[in-house]
Formats: sequence, structure tokens, C-alpha cells
Amino acid sequence: MATTFHEPPQIEEQRNRSRRARDSGNGGWRNSVPTDGQLRVVQEYAPPPASTGIWVALAAISMSFAALTSALVVRKGGALDWRHFTLPSILYLNTLLLLASSVTLEISRRRVAAFMGGVRSSVASPAPWLYITLALGLLFVTGQYIAWLQLRAQGLYLATNPSSSFFYVLTAAHALHVFGGLGGLVRVIHRLNKSVLRRSTLDATSRYWHFMDVLWIYLLLLLWAKL
Amino acid sequence: MHDISAHVAHHAPPTSFIRKHIFSLDHKVIGKQYYGLAFVAVLVGMFLSWLMRIHLGWTNYAIPGLHLLSSNGAPGNVMTPEFYLQLMTMHATIMVFFVLTTAPFAAFGNYFLPIQVGAEDMPFPRFNMMSFWVTFVGFVVLVASFFVSDGPTLGGWTQYAPLSAVGPVGGPGEGTGVVLWAASIAIFCVGQLLGSLNFITTTLDMRTRGMSLWRLPLSAWGWFITSCMGLTAFAVLMPGCILLILDHVAGTSFFVPSNLVINDQLQPHSGGSTLLWQHLFWFFGHPEVYIAIVPGMGIVSHVLITNMRKPMLSHRVLVYSFAALAVLSYMVYGHHMFVSGMNPVSSLAFSFPTLIITIPSTIIVLIWLGSLYGSKLRINTASLFSLGFISMFISGGVSGFFLAQPSTDIMLHATYFVVGHFHMVMGVAAMFGIFAGTYFWFPKMFGRMMNETLGKLHFWLSFVGTYAIFMPFHYLGMAGNVRRYQAFAPDYMQRLIPLHQFITVAALLTGAAQLIFVYNLFYSRLRGEPASDNPWQGTSLEWSTPTTPPPHNNFGDKLPEVYHDPYQYGVESSMGDYVMQASSEKVKTVSDEA
Amino acid sequence: MAKLFAVTIFVIAILSAIPILQHTWWMAPDISTHGAPIDEQMSETMAEAGISFLASQIILAFFIWRFANPRPGEKLKNFPGGAKTMLWAGFLLVGAEVLALGLFGVKAWANIYFVPPAANAMPVQVQAGQFAFYFRYPGPDGTFGSIHPDLLSEANQNFFGLDPDHDPDAKDDIVTAEMAIPVNREIHLLMHSKDVGHSFFVPELRVQQDFVPGLDLSLHFTATKVGRYEIVCTQLCGLGHYNMKAYLSVLSQEEFDNWLRKQAALQ
Repeated sequence: MATTFHEPPQIEEQRNRSRRARDSGNGGWRNSVPTDGQLRVVQEYAPPPASTGIWVALAAISMSFAALTSALVVRKGGALDWRHFTLPSILYLNTLLLLASSVTLEISRRRVAAFMGGVRSSVASPAPWLYITLALGLLFVTGQYIAWLQLRAQGLYLATNPSSSFFYVLTAAHALHVFGGLGGLVRVIHRLNKSVLRRSTLDATSRYWHFMDVLWIYLLLLLWAKL
Repeated sequence: MHDISAHVAHHAPPTSFIRKHIFSLDHKVIGKQYYGLAFVAVLVGMFLSWLMRIHLGWTNYAIPGLHLLSSNGAPGNVMTPEFYLQLMTMHATIMVFFVLTTAPFAAFGNYFLPIQVGAEDMPFPRFNMMSFWVTFVGFVVLVASFFVSDGPTLGGWTQYAPLSAVGPVGGPGEGTGVVLWAASIAIFCVGQLLGSLNFITTTLDMRTRGMSLWRLPLSAWGWFITSCMGLTAFAVLMPGCILLILDHVAGTSFFVPSNLVINDQLQPHSGGSTLLWQHLFWFFGHPEVYIAIVPGMGIVSHVLITNMRKPMLSHRVLVYSFAALAVLSYMVYGHHMFVSGMNPVSSLAFSFPTLIITIPSTIIVLIWLGSLYGSKLRINTASLFSLGFISMFISGGVSGFFLAQPSTDIMLHATYFVVGHFHMVMGVAAMFGIFAGTYFWFPKMFGRMMNETLGKLHFWLSFVGTYAIFMPFHYLGMAGNVRRYQAFAPDYMQRLIPLHQFITVAALLTGAAQLIFVYNLFYSRLRGEPASDNPWQGTSLEWSTPTTPPPHNNFGDKLPEVYHDPYQYGVESSMGDYVMQASSEKVKTVSDEA
Repeated sequence: MAKLFAVTIFVIAILSAIPILQHTWWMAPDISTHGAPIDEQMSETMAEAGISFLASQIILAFFIWRFANPRPGEKLKNFPGGAKTMLWAGFLLVGAEVLALGLFGVKAWANIYFVPPAANAMPVQVQAGQFAFYFRYPGPDGTFGSIHPDLLSEANQNFFGLDPDHDPDAKDDIVTAEMAIPVNREIHLLMHSKDVGHSFFVPELRVQQDFVPGLDLSLHFTATKVGRYEIVCTQLCGLGHYNMKAYLSVLSQEEFDNWLRKQAALQ
């Protein structure tokens, strides 16, 4: 279960933040464009596909929630049957849990980064923090479920009122994507334990997880303001 | 030698039958699987259109065997009105999603995009495999609606609420079929999102040494721009379908307002907005039609250049125009809703971007025409279909002038004029793009040439036939022939029925002509003349593969290095009038870039 | 084959244009007061679309004829002016023209939608439902009775869900299955859908408008020619969509008054 300290996880090339043209390294070979014997600098750097991929995925997810947001705004404004209700207070606790999980994930990610960078003086293992993140994520989802139960206890079901409909739809859609994030975390832990974790995988998974956080805060504000 | 292992989830060549042909991670196999899916789908969709056309020409005709398709849709083999609408809905849904989005984009794009950028495969092969199988499941779910007791949904591929949302009380065809439709489309969206993910990352991150963005072939640009559209469009339709399902089965009221009385019963819904569905649907729906055409534009450009032996008048202008189409496509969707009851000011607002989108479309056609000038045009089946694409796109495009303005739309909305317009651009031009791609790339995919004589025969019959079918639709529309009618009951439409009968005959004949293509595909696969690696003397990377069909990792031991712009034709090189992108030979090049 | 193809394109383009130029299948003559700008827009658009269509198809055909299967030794040529010419053509020739079309067309649309109905316009209500149109006239009191959805019943022929016993406004409402209007009189058409989406289309009147369930919309128009016309539904509403129609009679004022009296007696 613990990460081996003896063999650093297999890493890909260092992520290169420099904007200067390079002749080798990650994506560097796209810099030099052979043309009639002369090299022409064309492009500096290509990110690892996991990084581009996650931005693409986040763009799509954002569009879906944008669609749901506009549906909510139109539905609320178009009829007189919108009934406000108080958000279950556990939602605020859940928010803190999710925020905490982002913090723990970030701690873990930086430890892995330091480790990969060869800073062996770091004795703290990144793995426990990943497990804590996973646990906090599971607690979040459980908390969301409890929020649903609380709503049900008040007699607010999916079809009771458009406000409750949107509450369930938005929280369910978010929770579904959080499950995807949990799956990603499990994969990261698995790979770390087998010492085949790629830096880009970890970074992409973290980015996704942090986005779930940001998305949740947005949804919470939306629900709080409109519901 | 490039170590790209960090970028690609390496997959070793598969050994088992299942890994080779069924659950394959290889983008080439996935591309062929998508083509196979589109092939089956187009045969089903075309067959449905034949049934529809026979019924429209001869409404009370008992079509032999029709009762086998539905338990209650064709008593005595005569199609009921609801069955007509169900067939129409399925025809449209299958064609738009499972043919026009699948074949030019998912099939050819999956096969050729990684090769054209010089990569071993896409960066997420498992997601790619999932994208095909998810799409396949979507198709199965859709077809399953033929087997539920009240049959497929009859609400058109647009599924307007509240008809689609009120449930079985709305009439036959409004039961489980709607849920299956919405589920199928939501599943399809997920599949395509996974596909777009791969296409975008492949284009941005997987290009080989020397392959700058401006050195990408136009077909690659077409797929890349389309995948960007798909990302945003499908991501909006999916939640829309989920909300529709909830209205239908869970009693919510997203799209169903209050006080509806159906069959003398007051409906339990309240407060929903029917226009909300239209906005969500068309926000997806308009980019979707560009998703259907842009890959075809890329493919046709690519095929034409190879056959003109000359690059386009301006490569960059074409790329910018494709991109402009994509961006503008999000701003025009309200032109489907001019008379929908939406604020009339919005109607005017939407008409201006719609008119402006004519500009990039026109520039694209003009660049094509201008490039033909002074070229050395080779005539073969692929180039014929590409030229046919241009003719069809012009025809389909100019009818858009009428539909872009709310005032003229008053007379043409929901008439056959609209049906003629979209069939010419989608049903014909996009299909011609698929045919052009097939005849052009078949040698690379299967190592054999398709039969040219059969190909040309297929082309002639299709070109003349589709004009004979769809040009009259515009006349019907001008005369006020309303669409989605299973029979023409109004007095003023009686005199149009003979024209419908003419169209039906043309449709059946043109449909029969497609069997030539089907035969050619299978015959050539088995017995076609063996093809060389580069039968068309093309320059792009797909013609540089070490074997034909390409090996598992596309380029063997060494990925190519790109030395030239994509369309160096009209040069003097050791190979003739062209130099391949991967060739290090120094030639005096032809280029409009500095 | 290339030359044959070129000729085919040319022939198809010409053949396609003929029914348009001959008006073989065409819009019915306009009987409305607001239709002339629409018809004008239609003609202008047809001219522009027609010229673009013919010009581009003929150029395509000509280039195929001229440049296919070149003789050996023939050199490649570039279109004079290159891409710049095409950009200018695209932006100026087509772009400016379609924008002009759009701007002129605003008037045709504004005439209908941004002009309120006249104060003395005659109100008529049309209700669309699966699969028939019903019409209602307010009667001498000039007021429509309220619609009670819970009372709406086709079986009882209470098409509008009226409650004449408790609602005095509803007592004199006249409900009909056919629409009649006096000629040269502005009509204020109130549109209501009972169930799903429908649409109201009368080609001669140059009017098409969807019904939106849950939203009460209205149109206004004036008919200038006596005659019998058809109202057809153009928004897919179910299996009976193709058969959902009603007759619209445009009558002289006297004939209309007679008709209305007769209908009132039948209530």
C-alpha cells in the first residue's frame, strides 16, 4: 500500500514551463520544422495529451452545466409556480468537505512532484493524502445523499416543484461527475502503488477534481440565489 | 527516432480475434467499425425513406409485407398516419445521427486523422474504443423502439415539447418510444464527446516532427474543427434529453405548461416552457448540421486537390472559413424558430448572423471554383463526387437565402422548401462527401481499388437522381406544401400529388442505384485490383505508410518527419509533379504561406 | 466524361430554373394588406438566389469543361487576382447583398409584428387542439368568456371550456368550426393551444404563426379579397396533423353579419 521510496515512480519528461523554443524534450521535436535543409522554429511546446484532454473534458462539462443553468433561469422566469425552499444545511458541510479534499489532493500532488523531481529529502509519503482525498470525496457524496433524504423528509421530491426538480437534477449531475473523479483518484492510487504513475495523469486528475470543487461552489451559489 | 511512448498509451498489436476485430484499441479498426455502423444505418434509413415516399405518392397503397414491420402500424399492409410519422422520425434520426455524424466524422476521421498528423494512434485508445461501442449501443436503443408495443416516437427528429413530453396520452407513438429516442440520443452524445476528446488531443498534441498546424491537410482541419463543434453542441443536447425523459416519466414540468387538455383530460403538468426545449435543441441542432457538412468539406477539398494537381487558391482562407462557419453556427440557431412564438425582435436578431454565415460559405465555394481554374483536373469517381458535392452545396445553400429571413420564412417555414434545402445539403452533399472519401481512401484502407466503371455509374445515377428527387421539393414548398404530412388532405395540395409521384419514382430508382455502390464495396473488398501505396499520387502522410493497409502502428519503426506543406503539387520533383510531405527532397515549392 | 458532366450540370441548372421562372408551382396570390412587402422580399431573394445559383453552377460546369483532362504540356495557372478576388467577391458581392436583403426585409417583418392591432380590429379567437381548429367570436358584449380547462370537453362539445352559467361574458360567445371574416376589416386573431404545439398557416393571407401552449399569442391582418381559403396546421401535433385544417371564408360585411347571426342561433 505504501509507495516505495527506493524507486521513484516512473516519470515522463519534466513538464516544461519555459516558453523558449527547445530542440528536444517534450514536444520539442515540433519546434524544428525541416524545410529544405533549414530548421524553422514553428512551435514551442506541446503539452502531454492528458493535460489537453482534461481541458477538453472540462469544456464539455461546463457546456452541459451551462445548458442546465439556462434551463433553470428560463423555467424560473417563465411561470409563477416556482416555490423557494431552504437548502438543507448539510450542503454547507459537504462544501467544506469537498474544499478540504481539494486541499489534501493538492498536498499530495506537490509531494509527488517533489518526489519525482528527485527531492528525496521529502520523507512524507504522498499516498496517505490521496487516501484522505478519496475518503473526503466519498463523504461528500454521502453528504449529498443525506441532503436528498432531508429534502424528501420535507416532502420535496423530484416532481414536486420546478425548484426541487432542478435541485435534484443539478446535484445528481454533479455527483455523477464526482464519481468519475473518484474513479480517477482510485486509478492514480493504483498506479502510484505500482510505481507507474505518470505526472500528467496525476495533474490531469487533480485538475478535474479541483474543477468539481469550483463547479460545486458555482452550483451552490446558483441554488442559494435561485432556490 | 522519436520516443513518443510518453504520449501514447502504447498498445501492442492484438493477437486474439476479439482484440483485433471487436474490442479493438486501434483507431483504424474503430474507424472501420464506425463505417460499418453508418453503412447499416444508411441502408435502414434509406429503406424507411422508400416506404415514406411510396406512401406519399400513393397513400392508400398496400405495401406488400409492411405489416411485418409493425404489429399495428399497417393493418392490411396500408400504412396508418401514425406509422408514417414514426417511420419519418426514425428515418431522420438515423440519418442525421448515425449516418451523417458517424461516417464523415467518426469513421473517416478515426481512420485517417492520426495518420495524417503522423501519429501512431490517438492518445486515449480506450476512450476511443468506448466511443464506438457507446455509439453502437445508442443505435441499438433507437432501433429497439420498433419493438415496443406502441412503436417508435412520431414527434420528428426535433421532438418538440409538449407533444414529446406529455407521455402516452399524446397519442400513439408517444409512449416508451420517446424515452428510447431520448436515451439513445443521450448515449450517442456521450459517445461523440469521447470521440471529440480524442480528435482534439490528437490534432493538438500528437503531430509528428515537422507537422505544424498549417501543414495539416484540409481533411484534418475539417475533423478538428468539427470535433470542437461537437464538444459544445453534444454537451448541450445531452442534458436536454435527460430533462425530456424526466418530463416524460417522472412527472416533472420542464417543458410542459399548465392547463393542457388532452383527450378531455387535464394534464398534471404545470409551468414548463415549450420554447425552452426548442432553444436547447436548436442550440445543438444548428451546429449539428455543420458537424454533418464540415468534414465533407475537408474531405472534398483534400480529394479535389489531389485530383487537380494543384493546391487550393488559398489554404489559409479555407481553414479560416471553416472555422468561421463553426463559430457563427452557434449564433444562428434561432432561424429555426422565426415563427415559433419567440419574441419577434429575436427573430430579426437571429436573421443577421444567418445571413452573414453566407459569407464564409460563399468564400469556400469561390475558393473551390477558383482553384479549379487552371488546374489539371483528373476525372475519376472520387473527383466526380467531389465536384458533385460542390454543385449540391451550391443548390442547397442558395435556398438558405430564403430561410434566413423571417419575412420570407413566413411562407416557407414547415413546408417542403425546408425539406428540400436540408436534403440537398445533408442528404446529398454530405453523402457525396462520404462517397468521395470512400472511393478515394478505399485503396489505402483495404489495399484494393474500387471498380471505376461501377463507381462512375453509381455517380451518374446518384447525381441526376438526387436532383430529380430534391429539386422539386423546393417547388412544392413554394406552392405551400406543408411538411410532415402523411397524406395531402387540404384542397389546394391536391394538384401537387402528381409531382410527389414523380419524386417517388425518382427516389426508388436512385435508391436502387445505391445498390451498385454496395455491390462495388463488397466486390472490391474481395476481388478489387490490388492497390499501390499511393495510387492517386497524393502528398499527405496517409500515402507514406510503409504498407497498404497501414501496419498496426501506422508507420512502422519510425514516425515520418514532415518537410513540406500538405499540397505541393505542380512542382518538379523526382516523383513527378508532386512532392510528398514526408519526403526530404528539396524542391522549388508552391505555397501561399511565406 | 468531363464534358458530359459539365453539360449535365448546365442542363440541370437551367431545367431547375424553369419552373421557378414560370411560376409553375408557386405561392397563391396575396389577399392581405401586409403581404406585398413579403412578396417583394421573395422576388428580390429569388433574383439574388437565382443569379447566384445559375452563375456558380455555370462557372462550375465551364471550369470542368475547360480544365478536366488537360493536354500534356499544359501548365497550371492561378485564378487572376488569386484568393483576394474571391474574398472581395464573397464579402462584397454576396455579403453586402444578403445584408441589404436582410435590412430591407426588416420592414416586411416589422409591419406585421411591431405594429399593434388597430383599436377597432375585430377580435376572433382560434383554438388549436388535436386535430381541429375551433373559433370563437365574442358576441355583442365584445368580451370573451374565460376558458376553464377543467370544463373543456370534446365529448360535450364544450370546445373552449366555457361556463356560461356562471360566466356572463361567455353567454354570448359564438363558437364555430369554420372561420369567417369580413373583407377589408382588420382582424385581431387571438391564438390559444389546448394541448400541444400547432401552427396557423394561410398561404394566401401571408400568415404563419405557431401556437405556443401556455402562451397566448396574437396576430393581426386584413383580408382584401372575398373567397374561401384553407387554414392548415404546420406544426407536427400527432397522427392527425395532416388532416388538421379549417376553412376560412372572407365575406362581404353583410354576408358576414348574416353568417354570424346564423352561428349565434346554433349555439
